[in-house]
Amino acid sequence: MKDTLRAAVLSLLFLFTIVGAWHLATLPKDTGASSAAADDEYAKLMGKGPGAKKSEGFPTPAQMGQAIVANLAQPFYDNGPNDKGIGIQLGHSLARVGAGYLIACLVAIPLGFLIGMSPLLYKALDPFIQVLKPISPLAWMPLALYTIKDSSVSGVFVIFICSVWPMLINTAYGVGAVRRDWLNVARTLEVKSVRRAFQVILPAAAPTILTGMRISIGIAWLVIVAAEMLVGGTGIGYFVWNEWNNLNLTNVLFAILMIGLVGMVLDFMFARLQKMVTYVE
Amino acid sequence: MTSFLQIQRLSKVWPGTGGKPDSVVFENVNFGVEKGEFVCIIGHSGCGKTTILNVIAGLEQPTSGVVVMDGREVAAPSLDRGVVFQGHALMPWLTVMKNIAFGVKSRWPEWSGEKVRSHCQTFIDLVGLTGAEHKKPSELSGGMKQRVGIARAFAIQPKMLLLDEPFGALDALTRGTIQDELLKIVQATHQTVFMITHDVDEAILLADKILLMSNGPRAVIAEIVENTLPRNRTRNTIFNEPQYYKIRNHLVDFLVNRSKLYQKGEALQGYDPLSPPVIRPGLEPDRPSATVVPLAPVPPSAHTTERRVAS
Repeated sequence: MKDTLRAAVLSLLFLFTIVGAWHLATLPKDTGASSAAADDEYAKLMGKGPGAKKSEGFPTPAQMGQAIVANLAQPFYDNGPNDKGIGIQLGHSLARVGAGYLIACLVAIPLGFLIGMSPLLYKALDPFIQVLKPISPLAWMPLALYTIKDSSVSGVFVIFICSVWPMLINTAYGVGAVRRDWLNVARTLEVKSVRRAFQVILPAAAPTILTGMRISIGIAWLVIVAAEMLVGGTGIGYFVWNEWNNLNLTNVLFAILMIGLVGMVLDFMFARLQKMVTYVE
Repeated sequence: MTSFLQIQRLSKVWPGTGGKPDSVVFENVNFGVEKGEFVCIIGHSGCGKTTILNVIAGLEQPTSGVVVMDGREVAAPSLDRGVVFQGHALMPWLTVMKNIAFGVKSRWPEWSGEKVRSHCQTFIDLVGLTGAEHKKPSELSGGMKQRVGIARAFAIQPKMLLLDEPFGALDALTRGTIQDELLKIVQATHQTVFMITHDVDEAILLADKILLMSNGPRAVIAEIVENTLPRNRTRNTIFNEPQYYKIRNHLVDFLVNRSKLYQKGEALQGYDPLSPPVIRPGLEPDRPSATVVPLAPVPPSAHTTERRVAS
C-alpha cells in the first residue's frame, strides 16, 4: 500500500516534470515585432500583429488543456464528414476493430483447436502460417480494396488479418500442450469428445488462448490507426490525418493521447479476462 | 477357475529406429487377479510396470497378448477401471468437489446435481477431506491432492482400481497415513486393486499378492509372492509379526540380487515365465535362505535350487 502511494507520487512528479519542460520549451518567443506604426497593418496581414493569436507551431500545455476540455465537452457532435466529435471517431474505430477482431476469433479459435489436436494438420498448415504471419496487415490493403470495393469493410478485413495469427498460433499451441494426464483422465472416464473439448481442453488451454487474444487486440488497435489513415472517412486514424492536414497539432496530440488511453483500457480488459481463466498448477 | 482379470502373454516392443534392433520392454507377462484381491507389482525402473498398468487401463496397446476383465477383452479405457495417476492429474481449474463430480457425471449422466453432490461428498468424507470441498488443487498439499485422486477413482465405483505409484511423491509420514486410509477403504469395500509401487513395506502392508518383475529390457514376472500375513494387518502392528521380516527380506533380496538374473533367459533352469513360481515366504521353515538377506550377491545356481523347492 505504502509502495503504491510512493509510486503514485513519483508518477505525478514525472508528469509535472514533463509538462513543465513542455511548458518551458513552448513559451511564446519574442518575435521582435517592429515598433513602427506604419508596419502594423502589414504585420496584421502576416498574422504577426500583437493582437493576433499564433495558430501554428507546437501547442503549449495550457492550449493543450483547453483543447482536451473543448473536445471532451462535446464528444459526439457531428458537423459533416470532416468535423465529428472524438467520441464518434473513436466509436467508428472501435466498431471496426470489434468486427474484425470478432471474425478473427470465430476463425482462429476453432481452427487453432483443430490444428492443435491434429499433428498432421499442424504440419500441413504450418508453412502457410509461417509465410502469412510476418506480412504487414497494411500490405493486404490494396488487395482488400480491389476485391471488397468498400473502404470501411477493407479496414475490418485488415484488422481481421492482423488479429488472426497470434490467436491461431496460441490456440494451436495451447491445445497441443494440454497435459497428457488430463486427457488420460478424460479417456478413463469415457468422456465424449465434445465434453472433452469444452470441459478439459478449453479450460486447460484458456490461459494460452487468452494470451493470444490479448496480443491480437493490441496489434489490432495499433493497425486501425494506420488503416484509417489510408482508407479515410471516419475513425480516429482519419481524425489524426485530417487534423494534420489542418495543421492542428493540438488535436493531433489530443488524438494520440486518446489512442493511448483506449489501448490501455482494451489491454486492461483482456488482462482481467486472462486472470479469470488462469489456474495455478 | 478363470480369474476376474487375466493378463495373457502380454509383451511390449518399441520398434528400433535408425537400424537399431527392436527393444523389448517386457514379454510373456501372464498373471491373474481375483475379485477383491489387492495385487502389487514391484520392480526396478524401466521394467515396464507403468506400461502394464496402462494396458490394463486401456490407455496403451500391447504389442502382443490380451487383457481380459470379467470375461471381456480390454480394448479401450472404461469407467469399469478407475485409475489413480502417479502425478494425481487433478484439473487445476476445478475445485475438489468438481474434480470428483467430473467423473461422477461421466458415470451417471442422468443424475441430478444434488445427487451428484451428495455422492461426491460421501467420497470426500471417506478420504478425510471434509471441509476442503471448495478448494482448488493448488491450495492443497501433495497428500491431499492424492486423496482427491483416490476419491475420484473410488467415486465412480469401478469394478477395479488401478494405482500407478500413487504415493511415490509423498513424504513418509503422509504416505503412511494415506496407506492406512486406503487399506481401510479397500478392506471395507472389497475393491479389486492393481497397484505399482517401489516401496517394499507398502507392498507388504497393502497387497495380498506381490508380483516381482525382473529388470528390463526383456522384463518378465519372476515370482509371485503371496502375502502370508493376516488380512487385518495395520501399519502399527505389522512390525510385530515375525513373518513380516521373512517376506520383507525375500522381496529386498529379489530387488537387490536376483532381479537382474532373468534377462539372459537361460540363466535359470525350470523357470517358466508363463507360470512364474508362487512363493509364500515364512511358511516354508525348511527354506532358511529366503529369510536372510545375503550381503554378497548369491550365485544364480543357489537360487535355481531354491526355486525348484518353492515351485
